[in-house]
Amino acid sequence: MNDTFKRMRESDLWYSFKRHPLVIVAAAAALICILGALFAPWLAPHNPFDLKTLNLLDAFTPPAWTSAGKAQFFLGTDDQGRDILSTIMHGSRVSLTVGICAVALSMVIGITLGLLSGYLGGALDSFIMRVADVQLSFPAILIALLIDGVARVVMGKDGHDDVAVYVLIFAIAASGWVQYARTVRGSTLVERNKEYVQAARVIGRKPLAIMFSHVLPNVMGPVLVLATLHVGSAIITEATLSFLGVGVPPTQPSLGTLIRIGNDFLFSGEWWITVFPGVMLVILVLSINILGDWLRDALNPKLR
Amino acid sequence: MLAFIIRRLLQSILVMLTVGFIAFSLFNFVGDPVSLMLPPEATQADREDVRKALGLDQPFYVQFGTFLVNAAQGNFGISLRLGRPVSQLLVERLPATLELAMTAAVFGLLVGIPMGVYTALKRDKWTSKVLLTGSLVGVSLPNFLIGIFLILIFAVWLGWLPSFGRGETKMIGFWSTGFLTTEGLKAIILPAITLGFYPITLIMRLVRAEMLEVLRTDYIKFARARGLTNNAVHFGHALKNTLVPVITITGLQLGAIIAFAIITETVFQWPGMGLLFIQAVQFADIPVMAAYLCLIGFIFVVVNLIVDLLYFAVDPRLRVERSGAGGGH
Repeated sequence: MNDTFKRMRESDLWYSFKRHPLVIVAAAAALICILGALFAPWLAPHNPFDLKTLNLLDAFTPPAWTSAGKAQFFLGTDDQGRDILSTIMHGSRVSLTVGICAVALSMVIGITLGLLSGYLGGALDSFIMRVADVQLSFPAILIALLIDGVARVVMGKDGHDDVAVYVLIFAIAASGWVQYARTVRGSTLVERNKEYVQAARVIGRKPLAIMFSHVLPNVMGPVLVLATLHVGSAIITEATLSFLGVGVPPTQPSLGTLIRIGNDFLFSGEWWITVFPGVMLVILVLSINILGDWLRDALNPKLR
Repeated sequence: MLAFIIRRLLQSILVMLTVGFIAFSLFNFVGDPVSLMLPPEATQADREDVRKALGLDQPFYVQFGTFLVNAAQGNFGISLRLGRPVSQLLVERLPATLELAMTAAVFGLLVGIPMGVYTALKRDKWTSKVLLTGSLVGVSLPNFLIGIFLILIFAVWLGWLPSFGRGETKMIGFWSTGFLTTEGLKAIILPAITLGFYPITLIMRLVRAEMLEVLRTDYIKFARARGLTNNAVHFGHALKNTLVPVITITGLQLGAIIAFAIITETVFQWPGMGLLFIQAVQFADIPVMAAYLCLIGFIFVVVNLIVDLLYFAVDPRLRVERSGAGGGH
């Protein structure tokens, strides 16, 4: 255990981390957001989904530091009297879950197709890469919207609400696999001619085993950097879809749903219902993006 | 040359066929078009008649062929939600989206290029670093949030600009334009800034990278050696050579801008195609979804094709490389 710590402290990555104050701030912010979201049910001052504790008389309370604010609702309340701070903590939980699951699924699809494409080559390779080309010429949000729209038609309104979160995860994952597939394919093309792969082939290992247990560990580096940056954009895509009203249902609101709800009250002066979830979303995505940017540069040997 | 153009055209046609096939599958396999068109009390005989009338008793490839012929003529059927021909709806909404997208692109160029030049020339100044960090913030800000914050500041708190709709529009033929009235011009400011935000950051980073590259080349050194002023070197020689990639990339982004207009149009209730599409998704209005998909696909394919051919015309190196073994690009 001590050894691992020592290795970590002496690594280049840690050295680079210490020298970038902005990255340290971003890491701290991301950590606070993630912990707050993870432990939301225990840390949040109120339970916004327990209808018994809600009081409509508390609705539209402004933040605590304004003259009409109440101390127990630090960031104010929304139209149903729910505490904004608590809904934000629960909302980040949904946003982060969807974002991370979508990226993980996207990675699995992309890595598998990239390995198959790069290692086996031939007609399968051309087919997968042509599909990737076509998909890459459309923005991710459009593809996610389309998948969500189709799911809505197939399952009908009520059936869709139950599985909305899973559909959303799949839609975002399906719109993001191309980059992983392309990266993995490129590295696999290089790796498959190396001696260790030939050796594995000679001793009679099956192609699938070679791909996943020998080639895969050697192509993972760039994939992990890509994934860090992808989490930020996946969270944005989720928030956008939810804002457009085709994401998660309002019973389990994500940050995007909260912003959508608040948007209706913008003109009547209740700005805090929209602004705080919005600021939270920006802090979350920005800190993840700064970390991803730094990781990309720190792991790139050319920039050292 | 000819071989390249033909291959590129074939590729575009293939993409359009794929998009067409997805749209066709939406029509035929997602939801039953017969029950969508008939009232619930229709008899079995009615259903058969409609099936025949729609050509659904034909083999698959005939149906797909008919769909393609109809689509090429702009005939996408009738919107389930609004009960009007889809093509008519799209033509009505097209000017609003195109005006918004063009304004946003021009805005992006007008702001992004000077910012990119500045950060390249004064790369060590703190203002450049602020601009660069700011551009990272710009990428991290979801589009709809920029719109909401702009509405909050300029429409709700300051009350300077309208927050929704196109204002007053005038008709020129079938084209409804908002450029001819003050209300229309005021209404386009906030949506255009919102939509132009991402292109600004993109163009700025692109111009900066290209400028830094060009400033290192020999002909710039030579121009300096000839004793030309800084301005002549920077703007007469360096900037001019960075603009080709910038304009092509902005051209490529135009399709993306039109697609992203979906979000901006929803925030500002801008009556364009994007708003029509998002309502179609919410109400499972398949004909509108399919038609929008084909139209956007078409715009993307045409823009990509034009940019590729332009590159080919501008850069003679491609003619040698492309004629080799085909495949990816």
